[in-house]
This record gives sequence, structure tokens and C-alpha cells, in this order.
Amino acid sequence: MKRALTFAASLAALASALPLAAQDVTITGVTVATGDGTEPVENGAVVLQGGKVVYAGSAANMPTAPQSVIIDGEGRWVTPGLFATVTNLGLWDVGAVSESNDIRAGGSPFSAALDVAPVINPASQHILIHRAAGITRAAVVGSASGSIFAGQGAIIDLGSDADAVTQPRAFQVVELGEGGARLSGGSRTSAQALFRNALLEAGEFERGGTIRSTGGGGTSRQGDDIGIDSRMARTSRDRASDVLLTRFDAAALVPVARGEQPLYVMVERAADIRSALALKKEFPRLDMVLVGASEGWLVASEIAASGVPVIADGLDDLPQGFDQLASTQSNIGRMVKAGVKVAINASAMENPRNLNQYAGNLVALTRMPGADGLSWGQAFAAITSVPAEISGMGGKAGVLAPGANGDLVIWDGDPLEVGSSVVRVYIDGIEQPLENHQSRLRDRYRELDESTLPEAYDW
Amino acid sequence: MKTKLKTIAAGTLAIALAACSTTGTAEAESASASQATTDTPFPSTYEPYPGAPTALVGATIYDGKGGRIDNGTVFFSGGKIVSIGGPDTPVPADIAVFDGTGKFVTPGIIDIHSHLGDYPTPSVDAHSDGNEATSPTTPEVWAEHSVWPQDPGFARALANGGVTSLQVLPGSANLMGGRSATLKNVPSRTVQGMKFPGAPYGFKMACGENPKRVYGNRGRMPSTRMGNFAVNRQTWLDAKAYDGKKRDLAKETLKGVLDGEILVHNHCYRADEMALVMDMAKEMGYKVSAFHHAVEAYKIGDLLRENDVCSAIWADWYGFKMEAYDGILENAAYLQREDACVVIHSDDANGIQRLNQEAAKAQAAGARVGIDISDAQVIRWITLNPAKAMGIDAMTGSLEPGKMADVVLWNGDPLSVYSRPEKVWVDGALLFDAMDRKRRPVSDFELGQPGEGDVK
Repeated sequence: MKRALTFAASLAALASALPLAAQDVTITGVTVATGDGTEPVENGAVVLQGGKVVYAGSAANMPTAPQSVIIDGEGRWVTPGLFATVTNLGLWDVGAVSESNDIRAGGSPFSAALDVAPVINPASQHILIHRAAGITRAAVVGSASGSIFAGQGAIIDLGSDADAVTQPRAFQVVELGEGGARLSGGSRTSAQALFRNALLEAGEFERGGTIRSTGGGGTSRQGDDIGIDSRMARTSRDRASDVLLTRFDAAALVPVARGEQPLYVMVERAADIRSALALKKEFPRLDMVLVGASEGWLVASEIAASGVPVIADGLDDLPQGFDQLASTQSNIGRMVKAGVKVAINASAMENPRNLNQYAGNLVALTRMPGADGLSWGQAFAAITSVPAEISGMGGKAGVLAPGANGDLVIWDGDPLEVGSSVVRVYIDGIEQPLENHQSRLRDRYRELDESTLPEAYDW
Repeated sequence: MKTKLKTIAAGTLAIALAACSTTGTAEAESASASQATTDTPFPSTYEPYPGAPTALVGATIYDGKGGRIDNGTVFFSGGKIVSIGGPDTPVPADIAVFDGTGKFVTPGIIDIHSHLGDYPTPSVDAHSDGNEATSPTTPEVWAEHSVWPQDPGFARALANGGVTSLQVLPGSANLMGGRSATLKNVPSRTVQGMKFPGAPYGFKMACGENPKRVYGNRGRMPSTRMGNFAVNRQTWLDAKAYDGKKRDLAKETLKGVLDGEILVHNHCYRADEMALVMDMAKEMGYKVSAFHHAVEAYKIGDLLRENDVCSAIWADWYGFKMEAYDGILENAAYLQREDACVVIHSDDANGIQRLNQEAAKAQAAGARVGIDISDAQVIRWITLNPAKAMGIDAMTGSLEPGKMADVVLWNGDPLSVYSRPEKVWVDGALLFDAMDRKRRPVSDFELGQPGEGDVK
């Protein structure tokens, strides 16, 4: 069974006849970056068996794997597949062609109940294109548009098969801050009230299986001081006619209120981050993740103390709005230094395939006086193991470690370098096709020769 | 989270995000555009800031023309490049000499497509000054009247991108969007203090989806691509008949284009539309200097070369609108293969900070399909080529004796993600120094705000 493949020969052949099942593969002669925050290892090896990683590290300690296809990596790099969070992969074809775009549902009667899992298209060109760029897993969700709640996101793999969703309803998204203010009627106060009300209604729905809409009001003691509006009290009797959520939306928020489904809170300003963290005191069960957090560095120690991870915009450095006045490319470096768990936000760039470029820029900052960046290992973890952990796939994705899914990428050089390219991609041990609309156009227009027939016949 | 919205809300943001440039020469007393650059009513007041005679020695130099000098020396004085060459290049005694060992030198980076100033940050409605979207043809508007010199984005482009010159364009809502402003990237209280002395005006035009959508949705012409062309052609014909007796700002600009003194920058994505525009230009007697956002330029690299039209493009943007559906990573490399003129542009306040990286991505895509383009040539895509398309190549864009000393010292290979500008000179004046925390512009807007003076 042993055979050695060379890259040059294998690419074309494999494109047309890829195995449908996981291969046992041993890759040697490569630089291995495991994604766990450690620095790359030269003269490394990776072994996949049964669709799982069984070894990643120095070639010297590699176990024998007699049934494997052996690939001589020829000095290339092997890494776990990149993990992109958050994205809208599979939800759209052309941004401005509204009929092809399921990202926003501003006209829907529903909000928190919106669930992307059934509508993700595994054949989307964007999934194909990003697979070819080395992204193997992603968190996918729509954008908040009719409500502060964007709905429920899914975790997907980018494999070439019909089954993209690995974890439906994996998280809920809410916009607070400026975005939430606009969506909720024009003020952050409304976003805060809507959010609290929604969680309380979800709590009632959890207890009663329905939202009560009858009964009297009454007063509620809040302690010695006059506290928050009594209508924020937690019993159904006190909140008799508070029904702003549909039953379906309330039901969707029950796992959020229970802390069983992570809540991604989109905020940028330091004060908004503090307010979001304060919600954890009011609703202790919330499993919160901050998204955006351009001013996170100003409150880094508070975020670290809360244990809340952040999916942060990587290179924002402009006062895009008045909620991002302090934005700086050093934001992530400073938060990480303070002990915050930070992934690079794939939605804060032109396309998620720019993730490795953004990570590389954070490494570059370490050489700039006054700036804070990340080590190579930290930066790479911020696009692999950290987003995987935030997405509930710690140890399974975004990392090359025994027992992890066989998601790996072979690169022709340092994967954070803008001049490097993907050579091969495996997901669950299955080598993936890398062709897509763009690669087909690339092949057609390799030359502009129409002397015998138009380009239309070149396919 | 802002950039994500570009894809999501491309329909509504396209006007703001994808604008092209405009042009126009308006003169006071004549229909002739001959005074387009010199007798403008809003003349440049820019004067180079003081700079010490400076030599950078021992660096790898990319000269902007496609040349590379290892262990090279650049010497500039009086705001001009004096000499460039190898290690034996004579350098006067007792001047500032920087050891460039392990570092790289390039001309100042030039962005041919920016909306800094006319779509500044904070990007609030009150700052939305890039599209006079009230008529499909507005040759009478000038971008310089919208530019806010306090846009914090200028400083980011300087410090993080090494950008020393840029063209600020009107948006692409209109077929004819107005005149562009070519600026030196220097902090200034007024836009006149930024205007590039002697630069010709540009004229922004736009093909395709944007104009027909904006005006079609209002029930007026154009609502189709054929409508786009009809309105354009009639507007040109009317301009050709203009006798100049009564001043007409729109026709003064168009006349300037027809006289060859104002350069056309045409937002155009699709190859077939670019081909039609080039024929329209021949019919009317003008020339397109560059197609901007030309994501399909690779399909007609031969035609673009024959017509001597540059393609100003992104490295990897695609898919956000129908006419961007066929964007490929190899666009620049395929154009270079045909010996057509490549310019890497940003159209983005973030992207302008990384034009060097965008160029490197485009280079790598070419290498992957066997098109090897030298590093020095790739640097030309963001220096001399944009300078040429903007009509300022006699003054800047390359390191040649007598040219403006617009120079970037990089702390490593500028085509590596790990490198950043260490020092940036504009006309020989040191306007950014990563090693000196005060040698960094901070706009009025940022004073007293959190993060004032941060490395950003």
C-alpha cells in the first residue's frame, strides 16, 4: 500500500479523482504548526488515521504507520485547517443581489428564532473558494437586521459533501452598542431594555412553557433602594403584559438564558463592553462571547477577569464610529497580554480568507515601538485553536493533536505570509478538491488565444 | 465589524464604497482647460516641509521603475532625490546617514483610488461627501471641495502604508462623478495645503450597476447599461459643442478632458463594458487613463495594452456585486503577462494601509500559475504605475535624481506581511518615524479622545 506522491504530479490527478473516504496519511519533511499557540517545528511530521490526527510533531518521534500513504512534504508547512469565526459563508452568492443573499432578514417576523442551519448551501462558491484558501471550519450566522438578535449561528465544515453543518444552533448573536441602538429604535437604552426583557420572557417561557399575556401588574420590591423598573422584576405576575417576543423567539432564547447556548454580544466601545460584562452579574448563567470589541484594550483587565472570550476585529485602527474612537491594531495584542482569550474576527475583513494575512500583521506589530502584537504561535492560534475553542470544538478542530479531526492544510510556505499558497487541504482525513469558479476562470484565461476557437470552448 | 457589512450590505453601501474618480478643469475665462492645473481658483499652497539632507545606505532598494539595487544608497537633499546607486554612490560628509542594512527602500506608495477626506471617518452621514447623487452626470463637482483634511485616515495611510500621494475621487453613483483631487499625504489645515502641485485633475466616470441602479430606482435615465452609454455620449456631444462664451462648470470640465488635460478614471468592472468605453472614448476624442476596480481586466489584457489603459485593481475582492462575480486572484499577473499596465488600488481606508501586501498577494497568485514577476516590478504597481495614470510620473513615483524625495524606509521586505514602514519622507521631510513617537500626525479630531497619539 505504500506509495510516495510528489506534489507536482499529484495535484492534477487528485483534482479529478479524490478519495471519498478518509485516507491514512503520513506527511514528513515539513514544518509543523499545531495551532495550539506553540511555535512551528521544523523537520516535523503529521499522521492521520481513520480521519483523525494521531501524531503531529517532530519527525524523530513519529510512530510507524504502515498502511499510510506517505507524502514527502518537501519543506512545506502543515497546519490545522483555519477556523473562521464569525462568517456568513454559505448564506449568500452575490452580496448586492438580494435574491441570492440570506444574510439579512429585516422583514421577518422572527429574530432570535432565525436559524441558519437549514439554509446553509454547502455548494456555495464562497465555501469552495475559502476551502481552497485553507479554511476548513467556520461559524456562520446572519446579521441582525430586524431586531437586536441576529438569530442562531451554526458551526460548519467546508468539506466537499452535502453535510456542512456539524453543530446547528451553536450560538445566538445580539447587537448592543451602536448597532443595537439603531436596531432597537434609536438608543442604547432601548437595546438594553429589549435585551433584558427578552431574557426575562425567555425565562418565563422556560418555566411555563408559554409566555403569559394576562394578569395584573402590581409592585415589586427591589430592596432598600428604588431599583430598576419594577416591570423588570422576574415573576410573571409582575410582568403580566410584557410580551415583546414571539413564542418561537422566546423558545430560541431559553438555551441562552440557561447558559447552554453561547451568546455572542456585538459591542465596540469600552463602556458598552463594561455594560455587556455587567449583564453577566444580572444573568449569571449567560455564556458570553464578545464580538468586535475595538476598544477592548481599554478594559482588557476587566474582560480577562470575567473569563469572557473575545472575537476581535484584527486591524481596525480608525474611529469608524464614535464607539471605536480608541481602535488600534494593538488591540488584540494588548488584550492577549492581559490574559483575554482572543480570536481574530473573520467578519472584520474583506473576506475570511484574509485571516492569515491579518494574523501575520499582528506578528509584524511586535517589531513596532509602542505597539503590541502577538508571537507567531499566538497569532496562528487566534485563527485556529482559539476560535475552535470558542466555537465548542476545542481539541477537535483548529489544532493538530492526537484525537483531533483530520483537518489539515499543506502550504508552500509560512501560512501567515502573504506570498504563501495552499497546496492541499484535508477535512476529516479526506483530501478536498480545490476547484471553484475562480480557479476555472484562472485556467480559461491562462492565455488569450482565440485563433482556433473562442475562449468559451476552453473548459 | 464594519468591513463585514460591505459584503452583507453591498447593495446599499456600493455607492459609498465603490466610487471612482472625477475630473474637470474649470476655468474662469475660457473654455480651454489649459489652466486646469495652474490657474485653478483653488491653487495648491503646499510647500515642502524642511528636511535635512539624508542618505539611506546599505538597504535593498526598489526604484519604482522595476529596478532593484542590493546594498544600495539613496541620497536626497532640498526635497529632491540627488543620487541613487550602489554602495559606492558618493554621499556628502556630515549629513544624516541611516544604516539600511536588512531594510528596504521604495518610493512613497501611491494610491490611485481613495476616498479619504470625502468619505472620512468617523463614517457618519454628516461626513458622506463623496457622491453628488442627484444627477447622473455631475462633471461640475470637484472632490477637493469635499475633502476634510482632518480625516484620521490620512495619518494611518502614511504611518502604516507608507502612502505619500493619493488621488481622492468622487463616488460612483454617477456616470460622471466630478473632478478628483490629487494630494500629497501631508497634514494640513486646508485641502489646498495638500494639493499636489502641478498634478492634473482627474475625472471620475462610472460604468455598470451603480449609475443605472441609483437613477433607475428613481424612475429616470439611466436605468440600463444602454442608458448609461446614451447619457454619456449625449453629454460628450453637448460638451463638444460648447463655445465657452458663457461659463458652464460642467462643460469646462468635459472640455478639459477632451483637450487631454484632465485624465479619465473610469470605474468599470466588466471586460465587455471596458471595451465599449474605449470605443466611446475614441468616438468622442478622449482617452481613458485607467479603469478602476477592473476585476475582469484579465479577460482583455491585450486590448488594454493596445489602448494604453491602466487597470487599477484589488488583489482579491470579489463577489460583493454581480459585476464583481468573476474576480480572480490572477488578475494582476495576467495583465502583466500581456504587458498591460497594472495598478493596485485600495478604495478603502483600511486597504490603503496595506497596498504593499495586496501587491504581494497578487504576485503570489501569478507565481502559482507559473508567471514569475520580480519584486521590483511588483513595487512598480504601487508607485510609478499609479503615478503615470495620475499624470504625476515626471515628479514622483520612482527614485530618480531630480524627482521629489518621496521615500519609504521599510523595516524589512515590503512584500512581506511582517514588514512595516519605519520612516516616511515627503519631499525630503521626515513626516513619520516609527522610532520617534512624536513624529506621527494626530488629526484635530483625535485630540483629547481615547487613544490619542497611539501607534494605531
